[in-house]
Amino acid sequence: MVGLEHYLILAAALFAIGLYGALAKRNAIIILMSIELMLNAVNIAMVAFSRYIVPLQLTGQIFAIFVMVVAAAEVAVGLAIIIAIYRHQKTIDATKVDLMKW
Amino acid sequence: MALSVSFWILAVIAVTAALAVVLLNNVFRSALSLVLCFLVVAGIYLTLSADFLAVVQILVYVGAISVLIMLAIMLTREVQRGSSSNRLRIPAFLVAALFLGGLIYSMVNTNWQISSASPLEPTTPAIAGLLFGEGGFILPLEIAPILLVAAIIGAIVLVREK
Repeated sequence: MVGLEHYLILAAALFAIGLYGALAKRNAIIILMSIELMLNAVNIAMVAFSRYIVPLQLTGQIFAIFVMVVAAAEVAVGLAIIIAIYRHQKTIDATKVDLMKW
Repeated sequence: MALSVSFWILAVIAVTAALAVVLLNNVFRSALSLVLCFLVVAGIYLTLSADFLAVVQILVYVGAISVLIMLAIMLTREVQRGSSSNRLRIPAFLVAALFLGGLIYSMVNTNWQISSASPLEPTTPAIAGLLFGEGGFILPLEIAPILLVAAIIGAIVLVREK
């Protein structure tokens, strides 16, 4: 029988994969995709808590909706920043974009 | 029983697609496997009887965010270079593995207070009541469109030709 722990472990696995991608990749778009993976993992955990701990209140699902709103705004601004960086630097390699590093 | 089978199938596909996102060398293919991962997450919401959220997941993530990501990949022409790793590959793997181990350890050893009530079946009226009703989440709901408008204006300003 599948319980709360199964969903939580799935969410943790997705989050860890996204964390690895966000830390280890050069391409800025792949880093943004990994962040989307992490946000999805958090959503799964919140919906699972909402289903198993307070099944009649749905608070976790409301929070998941707000996380989706923030994720949509974040991906729009993030991709705009990436395209602006590509226009100026002709690359989106995150290790080469070091204008603000001293 | 059917729920367990569908959960295991969806979980295996989700983890495989997520691994493909970070391990494939072709950027466009990892974007496609990200779309697959989003779809499978919508299925997982369905097994958790969150029907409204599953539809929103398909509309927002599979419909909008994946199109934005593919558009950005095509606009930046970095596909030929592939998605290589930086110098921090092994430390990043160690950090992710340690984090996963710690999370799983604490999850398994926590005594969750599982409720035995069966979930609400159509969740849409309940979510609407929570979002718009008395004492609900009306203030965050009003702030969310401000955030979205600010993000849209910011994106337009950032990519505008000078």
